[in-house]
Amino acid sequence: MLHFDRWKIVLIYILCVAGLVYTAPNFVPKSKLQDVPSWLPHQQINLGLDLRGGSYMLLGLETDALVRERLQDLVNEVRGALREVSVPYTGLGIKDGGVVVTITNVADAEKAKEAIDALSTIVAGNQFTTLPERDLLVTADGQQISVVLSEAAKRARVQSAVQQSIEIVRRRIDELGTTEPVIQQQGIDRILVQVPGLDDPGQLKALLGKTAKMNFRLVSNAMSGQQALASRTVPAGTELLYTADQPKTPVLVERRIMVGGDRLVDAQPGFDQRTGQPVVNFRFDTAGGRQFGEATRDNVGRPFAIVLDNEVISAPVIREPIMGGQGQISGNFTVQEANNLSILLRSGALPVAITVLEERTVGPGLGADSIRAGEIAAIIGSLAVVAFMIASYGFFGILANVALILNIAMVFAVLSVLQATLTLPGIAGIVLTIGMAVDANVLIYERIREEVAAGKGPIPAIESGYNRALSSILDANITTLISAAILFQMGSGPVRGFAVTLGIGIVTSVFTAFTVNRYMVSVWLRRRRPKALVL
Amino acid sequence: MRHLKLIPDDTKIPFSRWRYVAVGLSLVVMVAAVVLLVTRGLNFGIDFKGGILIEIATDGPADIGSIRSDLGGLGLGEVQIQEFGQADDVLIRVASPEGDDADRASQAVVEKIKGALGDDVEYRRVEVVGPQVSGELVEDGILAVLVSVALMLLYIWFRFEWQFSLGAVVALVHDVLATIALFCLLQIEFNLQSIAALLTIVGYSMNDTVIVFDRVRENLRKYKKMDLAELIDLSVNQTLSRTVMTSGTTLLALLALFVFGGEVIRGFTFAMIFGIFIGTYSSIFIAGPVLLAVGVSRDATTGGLGGVSKEKATGEA
Repeated sequence: MLHFDRWKIVLIYILCVAGLVYTAPNFVPKSKLQDVPSWLPHQQINLGLDLRGGSYMLLGLETDALVRERLQDLVNEVRGALREVSVPYTGLGIKDGGVVVTITNVADAEKAKEAIDALSTIVAGNQFTTLPERDLLVTADGQQISVVLSEAAKRARVQSAVQQSIEIVRRRIDELGTTEPVIQQQGIDRILVQVPGLDDPGQLKALLGKTAKMNFRLVSNAMSGQQALASRTVPAGTELLYTADQPKTPVLVERRIMVGGDRLVDAQPGFDQRTGQPVVNFRFDTAGGRQFGEATRDNVGRPFAIVLDNEVISAPVIREPIMGGQGQISGNFTVQEANNLSILLRSGALPVAITVLEERTVGPGLGADSIRAGEIAAIIGSLAVVAFMIASYGFFGILANVALILNIAMVFAVLSVLQATLTLPGIAGIVLTIGMAVDANVLIYERIREEVAAGKGPIPAIESGYNRALSSILDANITTLISAAILFQMGSGPVRGFAVTLGIGIVTSVFTAFTVNRYMVSVWLRRRRPKALVL
Repeated sequence: MRHLKLIPDDTKIPFSRWRYVAVGLSLVVMVAAVVLLVTRGLNFGIDFKGGILIEIATDGPADIGSIRSDLGGLGLGEVQIQEFGQADDVLIRVASPEGDDADRASQAVVEKIKGALGDDVEYRRVEVVGPQVSGELVEDGILAVLVSVALMLLYIWFRFEWQFSLGAVVALVHDVLATIALFCLLQIEFNLQSIAALLTIVGYSMNDTVIVFDRVRENLRKYKKMDLAELIDLSVNQTLSRTVMTSGTTLLALLALFVFGGEVIRGFTFAMIFGIFIGTYSSIFIAGPVLLAVGVSRDATTGGLGGVSKEKATGEA
């Protein structure tokens, strides 16, 4: 136990020095970091949002809407397919999460099923099988044919919607000019957003809360919105929408879209030259510009509606054909609203609405206070433990303290190298580690005391002290490591930070408190060759 | 120089003589824990209940009354307002709005509160947890505690024998229940950090139990004829100094956190401090007696399964 091979000694030195060197950048102010020679480590510990301030959000996609949308399309597709093969039917509609249709003549059922079957395409299989699957499952029961989306189809839709949404969310967040936002998929249908330094996420939420599906449609000239509201029916091919600003007034618009928002290539906030009102200037791509030009040319004198998320932002009258693909939206905006709308139009529409399921925002003041409190607690905790160890074990206590300080350095080094996130509970984990890391030394020293009391000489006592304490040390640390691992697995954010530091601290403490400490004791024994142990 | 010794050498405290008292006491605590859990319940934080939490700092001491009247007129349902650590620090808690679209409604509540309080206060923390997420967090939390206890059981089974495993896990369940009882009794907010505290207590309590069991196993090999009660007492006494030392250093660190670590983690450290005491107690007074009650199988030649009992002649070492 007390003999060390040369390579082991070298390894111990290398690890200890590495621990100190990789911790060092954390003590250099961020502004001075660039002056550090490039061959030295630069990585500082990544502070969690609870320490540096910022906003954490868990966004959920409204996946039910995705399926519903697909089913609505499917109704039209089925209608088309049945028309194609001239099969009469009744009761085509959505029922119980699928599309159902009743074929008038049972004899046609087979033919109808084949036609509907032909609508299905192949999508990738699930994560367990790579076999491609069909997206539609068609079953016929007598006259009734029902079509449901396969699980694979739903999954594929959700997955692609999540991917698309992440891209759109990223574009919108980038518009806020924040640094290092984290945007990633969480689970099946969620997106995790972390924006450091954002202490008022109001604007971000305003931006994320809009799907931003925009289109330009003609206002119906069959009747006015008020008339449609009173008659409770709308003419075919139109729908009743409301204006975005108060008071909400009904506007009857055509279902047919003149130009879709996906044709926009740019949108910028600006001011109307005559009224000085905030407006949004937009530009279409070539095809969109042509569509818009033709539509306005054919409908001079009629009002058209600019529809965003099924709300009418404004409904100006077409005074002249708008060629050149440029235009202006003016709807009683504030400067902020005009700015947000142009961001939304530039970044594109989300495939489906998203909601904020969870939000945690920490202001910079609380973060700074937490860092200070954590530092003070860590320093005082360490000093108390150091003093206690010296009082209890004298010189051996000092050796244990050297191991303890190395351990703290190594925890910081590992955190810096792995770029793990340090949170407030993470600091608590480090302080707890300080208290528990000396446990290994306590176990060893108490064992040595026993061996000395049993009449053994210094070297055999120390030898068997380390030997016999080892299994207890390993058992004790593995049990704590198990808790830390579970906490890491289930925890999120700050709590996960606790698991990280606790776990790292346990692993490094076995090295410092057992191996490094043992090496120090062996060097001391060889130099001093004590006749008796004072412990 | 004489060193500090919290525990004198060669203690011979007959712990197992008090086991009936200790186990009785613990049973009372366990029953109380269940009763408290049912009658009083845990004071769930927004992590598990859903809702809105806003921490604000005011310029100078906060006027809770005026904040209450500012927010009272908003029709937010149940609003809790309390001082948080300092006179200029206020915590506002609002229950999740009812209804299908609680997530969006919660966001609206945050905007309303911010509108009512204005820009003069500093918003230190805003947390909104929707009903969907809080439900999942409850499931995850319960699962985490159960899985960790199960894994501990397996690990001890693997390293020792099933009797040890049983003793250790009874001690663990004891500690978890006692900690939950504390949360119910003092109505400390139970949140994600509390789950972290529970799991750490599980780890610490296990750590302590394992050290004692390790020594029991060693002594079982050494003193083949010694009465089990006596042997467990001997093992606890031999490791007592270590137990107290390590509890001591850990407590020192936790006390530093409790006093200086700030209000945000105070509940967490408080639970941990309690956990150190209960974990140390249980490894001496619960794990040992359980082991004694189920007995251990010593070498095949000296006794069968559970054959060692206190009625047997007290063998000398």
